[in-house]
Amino acid sequence: MFPDQIASRTPDRSPSANGLSRRGFLQAGAAAGGGLMLSLSLPFASGEAQAAEGFAPNAFIRIAGDGQIVLTMPYVEMGQGTYTSIPMLIAEELEVDLKQVRLEHAPPNEELYANPLLGVQATGNSNAVRAAWQPLRQAGAVARTMLVSAAAKRWNVDPASCRARSGEVRHAPTGRSMGYGELAADAARMPVPENVALKRPEDFRLIGTPAKRLDTPAKVNGTAVYGIDVRPSGVKIATLAQSPVFGGRVKSVNDAAAKAVNGVRQIVRLDDAVAVVADHMGAAKKGLAALQIEWDDGPHARLTTDDIARELEQATLKPGAVAQNIGDVGPALTGAATKVEATYQVPFLAHATMEPMNCTVHVRPDGCEVWVGSQAVARVQAAAAKTAGLPLDKVVVHNHLIGGGFGRRLESDGAARAVEIAKQVEGPVKVVWTREEDIQHDMYRPYWFDRLSAGLDKDGKPVAWNHRFAGSSVIARWLPPGYNNGLDPDTTEGAINLVYAFPNLHVEYLRVEPPGIPTAFWRSVGPSHNVFVTESFMDELAAAAKQDPVAYRRALLDKTPRAKAVLELAAEKAGWGRPLPPRSGRGVSLQHVFATYMAHVAEVEVSKEGAVRVRRVVCAVDCGTVVNPDTVEAQIQSAVIFGITAALHGEITLKNGRVEQTNFDTYQMLRIDEAPAIEVHIVRNVEAPGGMGEAGTSAIVPAVTNAIFAATGKRLRKLPVDPAALKQPA
Amino acid sequence: MATTIKVNGINRTVDVDSDTALLWVLRDVLGMTGTKFGCGMALCGACTVHVDGAPTRSCITPVDSIGGSAIRTIEAIGATPAGAKIQKAWLDREVPQCGYCQSGQIMSASALLASNPRPTDSDIDDAMSGNICRCGTYVRIREAIKQAAQSGGQGG
Repeated sequence: MFPDQIASRTPDRSPSANGLSRRGFLQAGAAAGGGLMLSLSLPFASGEAQAAEGFAPNAFIRIAGDGQIVLTMPYVEMGQGTYTSIPMLIAEELEVDLKQVRLEHAPPNEELYANPLLGVQATGNSNAVRAAWQPLRQAGAVARTMLVSAAAKRWNVDPASCRARSGEVRHAPTGRSMGYGELAADAARMPVPENVALKRPEDFRLIGTPAKRLDTPAKVNGTAVYGIDVRPSGVKIATLAQSPVFGGRVKSVNDAAAKAVNGVRQIVRLDDAVAVVADHMGAAKKGLAALQIEWDDGPHARLTTDDIARELEQATLKPGAVAQNIGDVGPALTGAATKVEATYQVPFLAHATMEPMNCTVHVRPDGCEVWVGSQAVARVQAAAAKTAGLPLDKVVVHNHLIGGGFGRRLESDGAARAVEIAKQVEGPVKVVWTREEDIQHDMYRPYWFDRLSAGLDKDGKPVAWNHRFAGSSVIARWLPPGYNNGLDPDTTEGAINLVYAFPNLHVEYLRVEPPGIPTAFWRSVGPSHNVFVTESFMDELAAAAKQDPVAYRRALLDKTPRAKAVLELAAEKAGWGRPLPPRSGRGVSLQHVFATYMAHVAEVEVSKEGAVRVRRVVCAVDCGTVVNPDTVEAQIQSAVIFGITAALHGEITLKNGRVEQTNFDTYQMLRIDEAPAIEVHIVRNVEAPGGMGEAGTSAIVPAVTNAIFAATGKRLRKLPVDPAALKQPA
Repeated sequence: MATTIKVNGINRTVDVDSDTALLWVLRDVLGMTGTKFGCGMALCGACTVHVDGAPTRSCITPVDSIGGSAIRTIEAIGATPAGAKIQKAWLDREVPQCGYCQSGQIMSASALLASNPRPTDSDIDDAMSGNICRCGTYVRIREAIKQAAQSGGQGG
């Protein structure tokens, strides 16, 4: 939950929870071209600038004369359903049908569109709905109230005798009604109400009801336009080879054969990359294969993953920054009846979005135009401006649908690279990375190394929990203000504030940046590592105490009833405790990350040769108020597959400074014939919404490895799962 | 070298090297961007089209290997009975997430349904395991194929 903590350091400017404080939050007026325009300033959005310069809106709702409602929001659709759940919030209070609301991409403008939880214009950290939940409903209620006032004035009746419903205002006593479109211009002249009441959850029509996603039709008939699909007039296609060793440089290029390829137009040589510009990708790829490039590999020419792992392991022998401390672990460990110790490690991972990295750029002397699918469009604009040597206002960025984000498209390295190439090309150029380039020049989920010890009393109950880990801090690079005193809230999420009641707990983190390999956010980020480690170690404690893993956890949850409830629900629905065949087993995990409680039970079978098959996954989730239950289910199904892919297959390794994996043959994805049955059980309540895009990914991994332990007795402390270690002894 | 291919019932003449993969002809030369690039090695299925009804990875199919065969892409799959059923099931079941792989998924599923109106789970595994979905929509893909198969008529 890092942005919440970052945001909490700025002065509180959020609207009061029980009413609407309109000053500094919302303004209404006439829209250009007629109609009603509401301008919203979401809390924390523009930092100190807001106080200094007054009202700074970052979201806009326009009700046009034809009744169409257009919402301009900074969030981007990458498959998580946000284009549907965000309009649902407005439509609920505005009393319109979902299909009347159209959502537009915001142009890049970090001042205007900063995500209130992230503090920058980005879609990530599972927080679009979390951030927009209160203010968008309030805005809908304000607009509705103003439309009702306008109708009442026109009919000369008491506003209280009018009702808004399905995009019109009705006056039942006289049977009159008028559409929002007709009322919008009048409404713009009405006073903005100081206080509006929000609907009670039991009155929700849309929130909590499955909604059809607005982006689906274009995604089943080939008309959806992703960044890679743009075709500005005269566009050429380029593909590239970047230095195979991070930090290396081009020493020499022989491009004679490449230039001779039919359709190749130009070879662009950069410091650390070479690009082939052509009429189409086929010619560009053929040209690339014909290039003879000699590289100067630079300082990381001999780097291996083992070097990095060793360095991290060594780092954990020394104290780190204290992320959380409860009680006094030292004496508690010394006095414990049983002591359990373990080390864990997780590998570098690539994002492998199905849409390979790409960016289309047209650089002109006086400006630059960029077409891309980005989770952080303002960062793309800034990177393009810097690379092109242009002021920010000379760079226009068109954002598009994203063919998979998972954190990869929070980065602007691809855009900067495309601008470097485009600077040397006449006219627009689309730079498309091959899959090999995409995997070998990703920015990777960090490698982490963990050292844990715990003490149990004579009854097996944990009395001390001691955890120290080392690895990269993505926040320190991506959002430096979020890294303080050796800590950042993302890297530690899932390692601290555990759901369990431990009388003594001590957690330390050491920031160690690996040489020669860039790191980045990756779906569920810190928790993707921490939940695997903590929930595996919890399982070790249960085993050391000779207790059932579910019962052992449950006994520590009296102070976290929402956690206990999802654990019990998952266990019940999974048939926990029912017998399974030999070499099959169930494993459990429990977590509270991204403000969502989640328990998983995985059922696996392990072949004699050690191959793992996940047969069934049962998930119980409490994410507070559910906006679109169909999306919650879809996101968990998705996250489970993403997590199992990582657990069973995911590993990026370096040899001689080069990433060894190249394409989907060496960096494998789970396929449909390996996919388990997935059941999702949602706990309904009226708590604030929690994040849904990522939580399932971290939760499934330890459920799978704990199930492997149940099936084979083999505890896996290093990912991915190594089938050789699971072979049945002869 | 000028080559003529028949795409969605229309003859198209393109001037590319004879070994150019059909995928690039579709996307970059003809501007039909519904067919997607994912891996370039027939490992992911995002580029799947039909050649005379057979699901074919266009990223490794040289344009001169097609001859007079009929190519059908996602843009026209709704005109076939199986394709229409699959698209409807995809909408009903809300299959897509990011959606990037779904053109290929739908082409593979339509070809399956056209040749096998009542596919079993194992038939679905065989026909669909060449198509990767990084968003992990597999549970819904399977449900949607079964729904389409149950929606009556001859598979198409």
